[in-house]
Amino acid sequence: MSDVAQECAELVASRRVGAYHHLTFVAPGIAKLARPGQFVAVAVGGEEPATLLRRCFSLHKVSPAGAHRGTVDLVVSAVGAGTRWLTALRTHDRTDVVGPLGRPFPLPKEPVATVLVGGGYGSAPLFWLADTLRSRGCRVDMVLGAATEERLFGAVEARRSADSVVVTTDDGSVGHRGWVSDVLPAVITHSRAAVVYACGPMGMLRSVTEVAAEHGAVAQVAVEESMACGVGVCMTCVMPVRGNDGATRMVRSCVEGPVFRGDRVRWDAFADGRCLVPEDAVGAAAMRAH
Amino acid sequence: MAPVDLSTDLGGVVLPNPVMTASGCAANGRELHRFVDVASLGAFVTKTVMSQPRSGRPTPRMAETPSGMLNSIGLQGPGIRAFCEEDLPWLREHGARVLVSIAGGTAGEFADVAAHLAASPAYDCVAGVEVNISCPNVANRGQVFACNPEASAKVLTLVRERLPSGTPLFAKLSPDVTDIVEIAASVLGSGATGLTMINTLLGVVIDTERLRPQLAAVTGGLSGPAVRAVAVRAVWQVHAAMRAGTLPEAPIIGVGGVRTGADALELVAAGACAVQVGTATFHDPTAPRLALDGLAGLVAAHGFDRFADVVGIAHERT
Repeated sequence: MSDVAQECAELVASRRVGAYHHLTFVAPGIAKLARPGQFVAVAVGGEEPATLLRRCFSLHKVSPAGAHRGTVDLVVSAVGAGTRWLTALRTHDRTDVVGPLGRPFPLPKEPVATVLVGGGYGSAPLFWLADTLRSRGCRVDMVLGAATEERLFGAVEARRSADSVVVTTDDGSVGHRGWVSDVLPAVITHSRAAVVYACGPMGMLRSVTEVAAEHGAVAQVAVEESMACGVGVCMTCVMPVRGNDGATRMVRSCVEGPVFRGDRVRWDAFADGRCLVPEDAVGAAAMRAH
Repeated sequence: MAPVDLSTDLGGVVLPNPVMTASGCAANGRELHRFVDVASLGAFVTKTVMSQPRSGRPTPRMAETPSGMLNSIGLQGPGIRAFCEEDLPWLREHGARVLVSIAGGTAGEFADVAAHLAASPAYDCVAGVEVNISCPNVANRGQVFACNPEASAKVLTLVRERLPSGTPLFAKLSPDVTDIVEIAASVLGSGATGLTMINTLLGVVIDTERLRPQLAAVTGGLSGPAVRAVAVRAVWQVHAAMRAGTLPEAPIIGVGGVRTGADALELVAAGACAVQVGTATFHDPTAPRLALDGLAGLVAAHGFDRFADVVGIAHERT
């Protein structure tokens, strides 16, 4: 397994961005090791918390050098007790952060064209990925979608990081009215993209995988499964994914993911906020016995 | 001042210190080893292994609760063959003393798993076997072996026959019973060397937005600091029965809601000669190490030279 750091990280900046909070922590050990697509597991609740489980966030960006010797940036949506605690932190407060965790986005060996698709604040890791891809000579087009303009993240930053940007919102408050999958075919066709990277809700990742396949592109998707530990010991963040041998296994999205090839994910198992174990998955038969 | 002697006797096998991981809370070592040297623990307790590979249950499998969590993993695992080929040799290579947690859907399956384990070339790193007769995430929920003295006794008897006589055998008990002393008596009379207490408590969380159970499997096991007082009570009752002479003397491994050295000391003072750190590891992967350091500091601060002298001491101070 790859190197990992655990740091009592000081918050040095916290600002609202639309519906979200953008937090910057001093974490030089993590900043030094991280690559785009990896995430961190953040302790919430203080010294003796009633909220025991780690909250996991993809790394928006890292700055390995600079004023604080190394910082990491996270984008947080305050929707529950843990994320509300985190977004209520004041600068110079500290919390424990473990990372970088998970597998990063695989980068193409050749300077091929790419499309990056973000849903809501799922777009957070894509700007850093875009910069990395462009430094390797890849064309980068971006598609950002959200329910409303307030829930879009990084539309301005995208114009700096990408060759083109298309925005969609469900309510039409900005950009095209509709879903990212409505505009994605034209973007892929225009750029002749070989790889589509995506991060956002499961339903969107499934659509992106399907559209990419129809256009002969590989989809690399970063999932947002809920996790308890983030480090591979609790077995709660599993999802059904086909391996190189064709067999489906319930794999941990924190260590085998969070980035998966879209065509390896068993999207048929996801429905209505749940994920079933496919009948042909390794070990499914033993569950039926007892 | 000499350092405190932290060693503890698990019924014939002496460990250098009394702090362990808890089954299902540290996978099989590789992941945790990035944060805590598995050889520095008194023992490493593996995720419960059954005879066949298991996919585990559908998701969501986890719900956070006040100072705890509910899980319905469903004993996901590779099966005993892969465990003996990959996981146990890895733990042995890294110097761990291993408490292997085993389970079965029938008493016969428990015995088969034990037999396969005993035949492993890496068996010399096994410090003991923990028989998980109390996982609430099996299909016949509410009917776990550990709720029935006869069913528990049958499992322990069959497993004992398949293991070398020098291997300590620990029965992991459920607190979801009317009289835990009765279950303890049954397993100690059927080949168990000692007891591990407690497994999780059965619970349900309702998702109030969807108005349905939050776990796909509906019920799950409750763990974390929320259950610590229940664990201390179980250890207390069983250790009290041993002191009263109504139960044979046997080592007790305490587990349930331990995060700090003080939490561990509660279980020890109630009668546990070793302590497992479980859910706290999800909060902080270094938790087992922190609990060990904290416990060692507290034993010394109370003026004891030997950890063993603190075991059950609260029974003398009621």
